[in-house]
Amino acid sequence: MNPKALPYYLLAPATLFLVVFFLYPFVLVAWEAFSRDGAVTLDNFREMTGHWKFPDTLRNTMLLAVIVVPLQLALALSMASIVSNLDRGRSAILYIFAIPLGISDLAAGLIWLAIFEQSGFLNTMLVGLGVTDQPVMFLGFQSKLSIFIAVVLAEVWRATAIMMVILVAGMGLIPKEYGEAAEVFGAGRWKRFTKVTLPLLRPSLQTAIILRVILAFEVFAVVAALGGTNLPVLMGETYHWQFALQDRNVAAAFAMLILAISIAFTLFFLYALRVPKEARI
Amino acid sequence: MAEIQIKKVAKRFGSFTALHQVDLTISDQEFMVLLGASGCGKTTLLRIVAGLETPSEGEVWIGGRRIDHLPPRERGIAMVFQNYAVFPHLTVFENIAFGLRMKKLPQADVEKRVRRTAELMHIEQLLYRYSGQLSGGQRQRVAVARALAMEPDVILMDEPLSNLDALLRLEMRAELKGVLAASKTTTIYVTHDQVEAMSLADRIAVMHQGRIVQAASPVEVYRNPAARFVGSFIGNPPMNFIPATKATNGSWTVAGMTVHGPKSDKRQIEFAIRPEDLDISPGGIDATVRVVEPLGAHTLVTADVEGKLFRAVLDSTTEAKTGDRLSLKPKPDRVRWFDPETNAALN
Amino acid sequence: MTAVTSDAPATAYPEVRKARNWLLIAIVVVLCVWVLLPIYLLLVNALSSPNEVTGFPKRFWPSFDTGSLAFFVNFAGVAKALWNSVLVAVFTMIMSIGIGAPAGYALSRFDFPGKEAFRFLVLMTRAFPLPLLALPLAVMFIRTGLDDTAFGLAIVHTTLALPFAVLITFSLFSGIPVELEEAAWTLGCTRFQAFWKVVMPLALPGIAASAVFAFTISWNEVFAAAVLTIENRTLTAFLLQSLNVSPLYLKFAGGFALVVPALIFIFAVRKYLFAMWGIANR
Repeated sequence: MNPKALPYYLLAPATLFLVVFFLYPFVLVAWEAFSRDGAVTLDNFREMTGHWKFPDTLRNTMLLAVIVVPLQLALALSMASIVSNLDRGRSAILYIFAIPLGISDLAAGLIWLAIFEQSGFLNTMLVGLGVTDQPVMFLGFQSKLSIFIAVVLAEVWRATAIMMVILVAGMGLIPKEYGEAAEVFGAGRWKRFTKVTLPLLRPSLQTAIILRVILAFEVFAVVAALGGTNLPVLMGETYHWQFALQDRNVAAAFAMLILAISIAFTLFFLYALRVPKEARI
Repeated sequence: MAEIQIKKVAKRFGSFTALHQVDLTISDQEFMVLLGASGCGKTTLLRIVAGLETPSEGEVWIGGRRIDHLPPRERGIAMVFQNYAVFPHLTVFENIAFGLRMKKLPQADVEKRVRRTAELMHIEQLLYRYSGQLSGGQRQRVAVARALAMEPDVILMDEPLSNLDALLRLEMRAELKGVLAASKTTTIYVTHDQVEAMSLADRIAVMHQGRIVQAASPVEVYRNPAARFVGSFIGNPPMNFIPATKATNGSWTVAGMTVHGPKSDKRQIEFAIRPEDLDISPGGIDATVRVVEPLGAHTLVTADVEGKLFRAVLDSTTEAKTGDRLSLKPKPDRVRWFDPETNAALN
Repeated sequence: MTAVTSDAPATAYPEVRKARNWLLIAIVVVLCVWVLLPIYLLLVNALSSPNEVTGFPKRFWPSFDTGSLAFFVNFAGVAKALWNSVLVAVFTMIMSIGIGAPAGYALSRFDFPGKEAFRFLVLMTRAFPLPLLALPLAVMFIRTGLDDTAFGLAIVHTTLALPFAVLITFSLFSGIPVELEEAAWTLGCTRFQAFWKVVMPLALPGIAASAVFAFTISWNEVFAAAVLTIENRTLTAFLLQSLNVSPLYLKFAGGFALVVPALIFIFAVRKYLFAMWGIANR
C-alpha cells in the first residue's frame, strides 16, 4: 500500500460516516423545509410562523437563552476561578462541580420536578417554615412565570458544568507568571481577574459561549419534564409537529430556524470574541 | 561487511532544499561523525539512512545492498534517538529485549544478550525498573543498550549526548567511544558539538546548508580545513581571518606584515591562522591588546587587528596588558588561505 | 545573622488572608450543596415508597423503601427500555471509537491535503443541533429497515459522539512522541505492529475514557431516542413519552436509573474529564 495513501484510509470511515449520516440528512432536512409535496415553497415557514403558538415559542426560547447563558457564564467563571485557587481537595471539588456533565437533561428536569412539584421539597420547606399555609402550584397551567423560573434554575444547575470545564482547562493554560507580574505591579485581585485572566481566557470563553448558546436553543427535555406543553420552546414544537401533528415539513422548517439562529449567534461570537493568532498564549 | 554508500542524495521539503546531492562513503566499522550547526541537514541525512525519511533523489547502499526504498526494519540498522525514545510502558529489560523479541529469538538468547548489553552499559541493576524511575543519563544508557543488543550492521546516533548535563556528557562520551569501538559496528553519529566530533570520530563530515563541506579525519579537518566554514566552526577559540592584499604574485600583505602565499589572479584573498599558532616575535601582525585572560594552562589574548577582533593563545608566562602593542608572528606552515568568493581553501 | 523574615505575601495581612480563606471555604461548600442537594433529593424520592412520593409534606431523608424502584422495574416495558439503552450505548461506544480513533491518529501523525477540510467538517457537526438529524434519518431508516432498531439510534448517537472521539483521540495521540513509533520501526516493527505494541498501551486509558464518555452521551440523549424508537424504546424515550401519564414515583425512579450509571461513569473517567472537554473544544 502506498504510504502516502495511509492517512486517507484512516480518515475514510469517519468521513464516509459523517457524509452519509450528517451531510446527507442535513440536505434532506433543508429540502423538507423548503418544499411541500415535491414543489419548492416557503409555505412551511409561513405555516410555522403563522401558528398561534409561534410567537410564544420563539420568545420563550430566546428569553431562556438570553437569561440562562449569562447567568451560567458568571457562575462558571466563579467556579472555575475558585477551583483554580484551591490546592487541597481540588480534584474532589472539581469532580463534584462536574457531576452535572453526566446527567441527562431529562434527568435534570425530573430532579427539579421533585423540588418544584406540588407535593415536592420546595413546598415542604415553605409550609414547614410557615411561609405559606398551602403548597403552591409552581408548575400549573396558570403559573407560566414560575415554570419559567423553574426551567431557568434547572438549566443553570445542569449545564453550567459544561462551560466550567472548558474555562478550567483554559485557565490551566495561563501561566502563573502573568498574574504574579500583575501583582508585583500593584494590581489587586479583581483587577488581575479582569485585566489579565479574562483577556487571556478569550479563546476558551468564545468556545464555551458558542457551545452553550447552541445547546441553549436546543433546550427540550428539561422543559418537557417541568412544563409539559405549558411552556412551548422551538425544539419541543419541532417534536410536536413531527409526531402529534404528523407534518414533517413544518417540523423541518423549525429545524432550519433553530439552525439559522445557532449559526447566526456562532458567527457573532466568533467575531466578537476573536483573538488574533499573535495575541494568543 | 557494512560499508555505507550515500550517492547523490537530495531532500526537499516543499520549496526548501535540506540536502543538495550529497555523496559520502563510510567504510566498514568506521565511526563517522556528521558535524554541523542546526539546520545544516545532518539529522535529515541520518534519518534518510535510517529509513525514517525518503530521499527526493539519490541512492543509499549498505553492505552492497541498495536500501533506500526499504523500511527501517529491513535495513540492518539500529538507532539511538536524541530524546532516547525509551518505551515508558515496558521495563528496562523489555526495552532492550524489544528488537530481539521482534526477531523471535528464543528466550534463552534474549536473556543472554540483554544481560550482556546491560552489563556493558552498567545498567544491569536497573533491568526491572520502568523509564519513569530512571534519570536522563540512565535512560540514555538504556537506549544505547537497546540498539547494541540488536547486533546491527550499522548504528545510527542522533545527538545522543545533547540532553545530558556537561559532566555526564563528558563521562558518557568516553564510555560510548569504548563500547562502540569494541562492538566493531559501522557508526554514523550526528552532533553539533565539535569537541564530541573531534574526540569520537574516525572521520568527520562537516556539513553546512545541506552540503558536506569536508569529510576527513579530525586532525586533517582541524589542520587543513577545506573551506572557511570548517575553519571557523571547528576549534575553540575559533580561527582568525584577515583580508590579504596582493603585494606581488605569491606575496601578500596582511595587517602590515608581508608573507609568502599562494599564486593567484585575485587582488584580495583571506589569510587565516589559529590562535595557538602565533608567537610574540618581531615582523608579525600588528595587534593592539584589548583583553587578557589568564586561563592557567595558557593566556588568551583578544586584540584589535585593523579594527577587527583577533585572538591569540599564548604561553601562560606572557605578560601583556590592555593597550599594549604586540607583534604576533604566525607559524609559517600553519597559515591557511581562503578564496573570499567561493570560501574554498587555496594552496 | 539577622532574623528570618516572614514569608507573608505583600498583598494581605494574615488576618485578612484567614478571613478570605474562610470565605472561600464557605463559597465552596455552598456550591457543592447547590450541585449535590438536588441529586440527593431525587435519591430520597427513589428510595421512598410510592405513597411517600405522592404524599405531602416530604421528608428530607430516604426511608429506604424499595417500593418505587420495584414498581419501576416491574412496570411494563421498563426492563426492555433499560436493556435497549444499554445496547444503543454500547453500539455507540464501539462505533465512535472504532471510526474516530483512526481519524484521530491520522490527524495527529500526518500532514496531507484535505486535513483542514476534514477538521472543518468535524467542527461543523458541533454547530448543528444534531438531534434534529433524527428527523430525516427516521425516513431513511424506515426505507432501509433500520427504523426502531438499537443500531439505527446508535448511528445517530455516534454522529453526536464522533467529533468528541476524533478530537480526544487526536489530542491523545499527539501527546505520544512519534519517536517512540520510529524507535519501534528500527527495532523490527511494521507500522501497525509499532502502533499496537507501543502507542496503544500508552493511549489505552484515554481511549477507554472517551469510550465511556461516548457511552454516557448515548445513555443520556433524549430527542433522537424519542423520535427514532417506538417498540424498542430506550429508557430516555420511555420516560419522555410517558411524562404525561406516568405517576410521580415512576418518573423519579426512572430518573434515578438514568442518573446513577452516569454518576458512576463520570467518576470512573474523572481524571480525563478536563483534559477531554478542554481539548475537545479547542
